[in-house]
Amino acid sequence: MNIDFTSTIPYIPYILQGIIITIQIAIVGAFFGSLIGFLFSLVSHRKNFLGATVRGFIDFFRGTPLIFQLSFFHYGLPQIFPGFLPTAFQTAMIIFSLNSSAYLAEILRAGIEAIDKGQIEAAKALGVSKFYTTIHIIIPQALRNVLPAIVNEFITLTKETSVASAIGVQEILRRQAIVTGTTYRPFEPLLLVGVTYYVLIKILSIFGKMVEKRLKYDSSSATI
Amino acid sequence: MIQVAQLFKQFDKTEVLKDIHMTFEDGKTYAIIGSSGSGKSTFLRCLNGLENPTSGSIIIDGVDIVKNEKELPKLRQHIGMVFQSFNLFEHKNATDNVTFALMKVKKISEDEARKIALAKLKEVGCDHRATHFPHQLSGGEKQRVAIARALAMEPSVMLFDEPTSALDPEMTVEVLKVMKQLTHTGMTIIVVTHEMNFAKEVSDTVIYMDKGEIVEIGSPKEFFEETKTARARQFLANML
Repeated sequence: MNIDFTSTIPYIPYILQGIIITIQIAIVGAFFGSLIGFLFSLVSHRKNFLGATVRGFIDFFRGTPLIFQLSFFHYGLPQIFPGFLPTAFQTAMIIFSLNSSAYLAEILRAGIEAIDKGQIEAAKALGVSKFYTTIHIIIPQALRNVLPAIVNEFITLTKETSVASAIGVQEILRRQAIVTGTTYRPFEPLLLVGVTYYVLIKILSIFGKMVEKRLKYDSSSATI
Repeated sequence: MIQVAQLFKQFDKTEVLKDIHMTFEDGKTYAIIGSSGSGKSTFLRCLNGLENPTSGSIIIDGVDIVKNEKELPKLRQHIGMVFQSFNLFEHKNATDNVTFALMKVKKISEDEARKIALAKLKEVGCDHRATHFPHQLSGGEKQRVAIARALAMEPSVMLFDEPTSALDPEMTVEVLKVMKQLTHTGMTIIVVTHEMNFAKEVSDTVIYMDKGEIVEIGSPKEFFEETKTARARQFLANML
């Protein structure tokens, strides 16, 4: 078997430093994606201009490939707006935020719609404001309903950060390509990259399972 | 006092309530009966604005809630409601179900709200279930917690929308017992029900509705023993 790590070993730290970039894009994407997605989920069903705009936005990000969105933002827009020159890393953070916001908005919307309307009516009958009903009754239950889907979305997001290599972001996959260009041995760095992604995703899904378990309704978490 | 006059309600083209006139006096217990689709639940839900009437007036303590929708949230604090499907907050335990509106609407401190909640849960015989979540409660317990939740707001009116229809006979008895206690507290109680015995024994006035109209109003004795209308007689014959 033609496996030999000797020429790759000096580059391992360089490749692994790419994890930081990968994680940065994933965390920024997950954070702003959740924030924007949450706001979108509250208005996307409305039959007004705002609702229609948000639905159009979601439709666009779900209806086109991620690599197109990255290329369009990074190469396409600067041609139309000459002063607009985002770096590849900035582009990745923005596009991953917007892209995951579109998916998260849909997931959260489904969670909200799954809540039994009777509870909302009960809150109304008690004189509770719409705001408090949303914050304390609707959102916690919607989140719990869709938590597995959200964890899934974060996992997808983390894996898809590899697409950012296509516009030159120096994340882990891109670094592998650069090293291969020097050593002419693709197998060893690719193996390293594959294992790294796998471990990263494993950590994320174990964490997701833990959160899910914590959020289950049971009397042991009662507060009295 | 609740005065309802010329109340109409339409869903699309279906007339659900037709020209309802009714006065509910303070401290009395009313049973609204009638077959499914008679409009009795819709009528009840109009009384705290969960349904918007098409026209007419509902004057509660001098305020017409049909014209003053902005007054509704404030007014609802004085009108408790209990639903057929309990509608407890599934992610909150029994105590937190009761404290929620106390803290968020009445702005009572958590400690104080907890004390009130425990007292009210005790009143309905569910204090031993204080830390249980809705999915851990029986149907009868759920409904009693829902009653405690409404009572904690100290309403002057309680609306019950078929409170025992989703319960088996044994649990129905526990819930009716709790409701019966309330009739001596000075609250106005309006119950939409299929429990003829409850209407007969506990209510002061029976209201019989059919096809969106109030057909007959009377004391239980008058209604059950000296039924005036043919429609009510037919209904009672089918019930027994």
